[in-house]
Amino acid sequence: MNRAWASWLRTIIGVILCGIMLFPLYWMVNVSLTPRDDLQKTPPTLFPTSITFEGYRRAISDQLPFLGTSLIIAFGTVILTIAIAAPAAYALAKLNPRGGSVITFVLLVAQMIPGIIMATGFYAIYADLGLLNTLPGLILADSTLAVPFGILVMRAFMIGIPDELLQAAKVDGASSVRTFVSIVLPLSRNAVVTVSLFAFLFAWSDFLFAVILTSSGGPQPFTLGIYQYISNYSKDWNAIMATAVIASLPATVLITLAQRYISAGITAGAVKD
Amino acid sequence: MSSTQSRRTQWTAWGFLTPVVVYLLLFYAYPIGRNLVMGFQNYTARSFVTGEAPYIGLDNYRAVTSSPLFWPTVRHTVIFVVVSLAFQFTIGLGLAQFFTRHFRLSALLRSLFLLPWLLPLIVSASTWRWMFDKDSGIVNYALSLAGIPAEGWTVDPHLSLIAVIVVNIWIGVPFNMVVLYGGLQSIPESLYEAAALDGAGPWKMFTRITLPLLKPVTAVVLLLGLVYTLKVFDIIWITTQGGPANSSQTLATWSYQLSFGPRLQFGLGAAAGNILIVVALIFGLIYIRSQRNQEQL
Repeated sequence: MNRAWASWLRTIIGVILCGIMLFPLYWMVNVSLTPRDDLQKTPPTLFPTSITFEGYRRAISDQLPFLGTSLIIAFGTVILTIAIAAPAAYALAKLNPRGGSVITFVLLVAQMIPGIIMATGFYAIYADLGLLNTLPGLILADSTLAVPFGILVMRAFMIGIPDELLQAAKVDGASSVRTFVSIVLPLSRNAVVTVSLFAFLFAWSDFLFAVILTSSGGPQPFTLGIYQYISNYSKDWNAIMATAVIASLPATVLITLAQRYISAGITAGAVKD
Repeated sequence: MSSTQSRRTQWTAWGFLTPVVVYLLLFYAYPIGRNLVMGFQNYTARSFVTGEAPYIGLDNYRAVTSSPLFWPTVRHTVIFVVVSLAFQFTIGLGLAQFFTRHFRLSALLRSLFLLPWLLPLIVSASTWRWMFDKDSGIVNYALSLAGIPAEGWTVDPHLSLIAVIVVNIWIGVPFNMVVLYGGLQSIPESLYEAAALDGAGPWKMFTRITLPLLKPVTAVVLLLGLVYTLKVFDIIWITTQGGPANSSQTLATWSYQLSFGPRLQFGLGAAAGNILIVVALIFGLIYIRSQRNQEQL
């Protein structure tokens, strides 16, 4: 009886703490549904009593191309990341390359380089190559957010694949490429999914590379769309917040559908090397 | 036989590694190298057009470190990092401890806590910017209920650094919570049971068992957190643009401001960025070393 009470009490406290933590998100949704004229009211409208979708209408008509660009960039980054990271992770985990530990070390260090340095360097290079304001340019830059992380996570996972399995494939005459494609990759499905999710989120959320590499024209992601909204129409906060709500959907969907992958990714990226 | 075989395995292994080696050279080494070189050049907007960027030795570094903005920027960076980490860690540990006991909905609530960390920073930062609004923001309204007068959190030079720190703490708590929760899970329950039999109270258990056994994970969270917090650009730039009057400028935003601000002084921006990289790498290497030592134990 007492224990059941303690458990319920904890649930109640947990819900309250969660409510405090997520309050800004509630506020984002609330503002997105509030009519523009009510936004300046004091006290602020705490609940969306007179709901309006004018913010969403504005957001969709203004921001849809930006959101589409972001989707293309995010999927491009996922494909590039997996294509580069999966073979590397396999080699580091199972093929004992001489000097492999140097690569692992470089990957750990690479994750620590501040983005502003990478972005300034990319800007100078892209200016010479004519890659500024292009989709491939931004996808390549965004992939640097995910490749080192992706290799380290997949490597940690692939180490756990039993060597006997790979030996057996070799005895049966499978080449190393064949072994990688038909045994290692299918067995590493969970790690590949985790890395893909994170690569998607990293690219979807990127603001720094976008603002430096694509701010002078060409296709732009929604992060810049919102940023221009803030700078230009600072009165239309319901449209800004409506765009923010739409932009939050991928993360929210991912966390509901793939919660265990995400916790696994955070812990693997941080604790193991 | 075995030596030719091992040579062949080496060839295969490096075959699989070649793409990533090329990738690291082109998309890491080259931009970083380019940035390093720019730090020694008089690199301006004109340089992109004419291709002329004369080498000027350490002039950029001299100009950056003797700028009246240098020490205030360093001070903001240190305050930003230290205060953020202290609060993120304390709150994260408290929440992790709270979630170690299973209760109804605990798994669901724990995963909801991750949301702030996974959302695009532009979303979180612009939401906070509106919450901090002087006239219509919910923060000032809540404070007014407690009798505190309205403040312009993002537009007052005395408050802007506090505002960006608050946003950064909010975003960093989930990471701390998840990693510390993992650490707490690995402390054997039997230790607490034995201590309870010896009559130890909750505080004693926390200071004598939890904290010492959590030390390796604490090192991970704080060192990685430090490296990540030094890098923070988006949150500050979207919330305050480093202002007003540079009052929330850190090394990362200052480097951006120098390179891409109205005067396009890429050489100076690169120099400021390179100072940042050195600091980040020092702590990064300490982190990697602490991880290695742990693995050897």
